Amino acid sequence: MTGATRVVVTGLGAVTPLGLDVASYWAGLQAGVDGIRPVELVPPERLQQKVLGEVKNFDPLKYFDERQLNTLDRVSQFAVVAAREAITQAGIDFGGGRSERTATIIGTGAGGQTTVDESFRRLYEEKATRLYPLTIPKLMMNAPASQISMHCGLRGPAFVVASACASASHAIGLAFHMLRSGQVSCAVAGGTEAGITIGAIKGWEAMRVMAPDKCRPFSQDRKGMIIGEGAAMLVLEREPEARARGAEILAEIAGFGMSADAKDITAPDIGGMVRAIEGALADAGLSPQDIQYINAHGTGTTANDRTETAALKTAFGAHAQKLAISSTKSMVGHALGAAGALELVATIMSLRAGVVTPTINYLGPDPECDLDYVPNQARALRIDAALSNSFAFGGLNAVLVVKQYRP
Amino acid sequence: MTDVAPEVIKIIGKKIRVEKTDIGMDDRLQDLGLESLDALELVFDLEEKFDIAIPVNANDAKIGGFETVADVVRAIEKLVANKS
Repeated sequence: MTGATRVVVTGLGAVTPLGLDVASYWAGLQAGVDGIRPVELVPPERLQQKVLGEVKNFDPLKYFDERQLNTLDRVSQFAVVAAREAITQAGIDFGGGRSERTATIIGTGAGGQTTVDESFRRLYEEKATRLYPLTIPKLMMNAPASQISMHCGLRGPAFVVASACASASHAIGLAFHMLRSGQVSCAVAGGTEAGITIGAIKGWEAMRVMAPDKCRPFSQDRKGMIIGEGAAMLVLEREPEARARGAEILAEIAGFGMSADAKDITAPDIGGMVRAIEGALADAGLSPQDIQYINAHGTGTTANDRTETAALKTAFGAHAQKLAISSTKSMVGHALGAAGALELVATIMSLRAGVVTPTINYLGPDPECDLDYVPNQARALRIDAALSNSFAFGGLNAVLVVKQYRP
Repeated sequence: MTDVAPEVIKIIGKKIRVEKTDIGMDDRLQDLGLESLDALELVFDLEEKFDIAIPVNANDAKIGGFETVADVVRAIEKLVANKS
């Protein structure tokens, strides 16, 4: 969409298995650190899955007082901490009417799962007769958006978007389009997930899609995905406003595409992926040849990785062979509703640093995954424009295009 | 045929997607039209019926390495025997 007002990124925030801010997350990604570790959040003897992508050493009392924590599930804690970091980096003042023109659009797959799990445990296991009075405000799906809006004083449109593993990308894409159309002048957008509970992980075990040890996207002998958690947030602004206030502009959001497979509740679909990718490129006014890097959905399941590879070949043709493609999930696991935001932050950092992060735990090529997945080692690469792919259970696809900001 | 076989065949019969009333030990699961989610449900139903844990990863090319009905029956018999 050429000629429209451009939308830029002025702040990033992240809470991840590799660290509790963007700097430590980025350092871990570049070094190829594996954030998938032995389970600590739930009693491991109840689980078959022994490793997950947990956010370690997160002490809520460093960020909130006890009274505030009474209303904050872990999913909202992550969200507010990441939003504060992004807003601090943006250096933005929400006074003078800007607060009313700032949207809060947050993706989450399942909301306050720790509160749900803990409440049900009290009821069913301990036979409790009553629950904690703020159970509902803690577990409700919209809590992360509400809490960011309250903690950061954002009074514009605010809501949560749920599309499983694509939630954050849908949220950011929607914010991007609202900014471009002029409905708002600023947005805090991203995703958050904190679903490492016995109930949720037993559900994932039952799907039998998790690898027992390592996440090896696109690799031979890959055994599946591994659940993670975390949050990432971006401050997005209309370019004229960002320039007028002298903000440092980190990148430009250039395009957004979405589609639904309308096929299978779990199996991925080449056609749906291709339509989202092509839609995002068209929205950005870019050709396939303009893209150097893809931050893949790359879950590590046999089905996703071969389907995503086929979709990239269809959408990019011969240029697919020239793309650098990598999966952040190899290092942090699959943070579901937060994944798209964690990956967009990684993509923007790659764009700025001229370094693409690796797909770690890669053992060698799979005949059905024969592109360049940046195996095991980060690589210097000049990136003008990049894609971040999110393809959700339920066949809901969302693809974002980011590019270098040039005034 | 053991006691296990008729039960396994009955459970498989509820998941298949082809018209067939006489499932035999040599029938291939693929030919019975079992899709991946059907296979996951089948494994769950077998675990519940026989109170066993069947180690299966849906990322494997063949679910549990099972080719035929007989493969499933043999695996269940072994797991049931190990239980006692």
